[in-house]
Amino acid sequence: MAATARAKLNVRGVSLDLLNERTGRSLPVLHDIDFAVFEGELVAIVGPSGCGKSTFLNAVDGLLPVTSGAILLDGHAVEGPGPDRAMVFQHDSLFPWRTVIENVTYGLDLQGRLAKAERRERARALIDLVGLSGFAEHYPHELSGGMRQRVNIARALAVEPQLLLLDEPFAALDAQTREFMQVELMKILARARTTALFVTHQINEAVFLADRVVVFSARPAGIKDVIAVDLPGERSLALKHQPEFVALEQRIWRLIEQEAERTGMLTVA
Amino acid sequence: MDASIATKEKRVSAEPGPVVAKSFWKRHEHALLGTISMLVFLSFWEASVAFGWVNPLFTSSPSRIVRTAIEMFADGSILVDMQVSGYEFIVGYGAAIVIGVPLGILMGWYSRVDAVLEPFVSALYATPRIALLPLVMIWFGIGLMSKIAIVFLGAIFPILVNTITGVRTVNADFVKVARSFGSNDWQMFLTVVLPSSVPLLLSGLRLGLGHALVGIVVGEMYGATHGLGFLIATAGARFQTDKVMVGIIIIAAAGVAMTEFLRLIERRFERWRPSVGG
Repeated sequence: MAATARAKLNVRGVSLDLLNERTGRSLPVLHDIDFAVFEGELVAIVGPSGCGKSTFLNAVDGLLPVTSGAILLDGHAVEGPGPDRAMVFQHDSLFPWRTVIENVTYGLDLQGRLAKAERRERARALIDLVGLSGFAEHYPHELSGGMRQRVNIARALAVEPQLLLLDEPFAALDAQTREFMQVELMKILARARTTALFVTHQINEAVFLADRVVVFSARPAGIKDVIAVDLPGERSLALKHQPEFVALEQRIWRLIEQEAERTGMLTVA
Repeated sequence: MDASIATKEKRVSAEPGPVVAKSFWKRHEHALLGTISMLVFLSFWEASVAFGWVNPLFTSSPSRIVRTAIEMFADGSILVDMQVSGYEFIVGYGAAIVIGVPLGILMGWYSRVDAVLEPFVSALYATPRIALLPLVMIWFGIGLMSKIAIVFLGAIFPILVNTITGVRTVNADFVKVARSFGSNDWQMFLTVVLPSSVPLLLSGLRLGLGHALVGIVVGEMYGATHGLGFLIATAGARFQTDKVMVGIIIIAAAGVAMTEFLRLIERRFERWRPSVGG
């Protein structure tokens, strides 16, 4: 990325230990993580399964306190959840008792700074943006998995976050829906012009969507490598078959494989 | 997850389709069978008294009960009893809801509050509250207050215990979402904890309702000057079976009506839920 771009998110030497309440032991999950996300950038985090990618995202969201180091958003230290960040959650985390539009206004309802009509107006615009016009009054159970994740994205965008966090948002979707949602997400983020940090276990998804891919090492996770994805900004699914794409994908896969071998997750004959 | 596009299947099928010749009997089979069995039972009861098979002093009969009820309403004697019992119920059960639900939320959410109150709740929940009647009478006398207290004691524990369970079983993912969007505790209760506890909360209210009615009847039998329980007790002592039956029917009808009312509330709050089964 251009060195002149302003760093939106600054992660400085972040370590995080999680306390296991049952055994009373603390487990180091993140170790000395250091990187930055620039304005308008989409950065993906990949790493071996269970390495602490989601834990890291929760820390950026302010749901977990870091043990040492600092997470700075626009120069301010993150000390808890705030309106400058919003998370698109992994699972089906829509409130089943709220309709689509009520789910989308949820963050705004909590903030209470806009009048109800304004909140609904903004929610409607976002429902259109994610391609769900006409479904505003439906309940989540009446939607397909892909549609529910669109609502999940709209709910996060509604609070107009400075930084959008996505925690494996398509993990529960079937393979086809997943591919289409990747294209959709790219369009949505381009239109919303949001800086985003994205955790996934699919390398293919990371390369396809991201401007840069941060590869985490095995637990306790540190940064193994940061790989710039020099592919055209306007991407289509056909790109996934281009040699440059495949080369990047394999390069990242080798990094993860090394980690898996090192920790014994993958045994080499 | 299902990849199907959302449909309005449920709503569409709920509308009347092309007219299929379906007999009146088929459409109302359930209700008709219930009505018929009830009518058969009442006729048999009436007949067994009319033919002298049983002594109406013990069994009364549907026609006697109706006649007695009309008399009691006409001379107004029963209205006072209904008023007294209704008042005891509304105040006692109302207080149980107003105190039980918030307290249950606090005990379910804050483990410290639970640690402090749990021993009392467990002990009292396990005690048949009717056993406390003599104490309640000593403390509050034989007036309205003692009955209100016993109704309250009967109703609050099922409400409390169910609310606590409801709060503890709130989906952790929803709690996380609310936190992430910056919710404070109060907003958490209103937007996540309460809506997800509705089914358990309402089953607590239903259980509490039953206990409250028991409280009224037993409380008034034990010591009172008015009320439906008092009516049943005194009429029973004088072998006025018809009057006893009228009292029982009024209490039973009130119980059924209020249970239905709770079911309506539940349906209102649960309308988002996909239907399960047939």
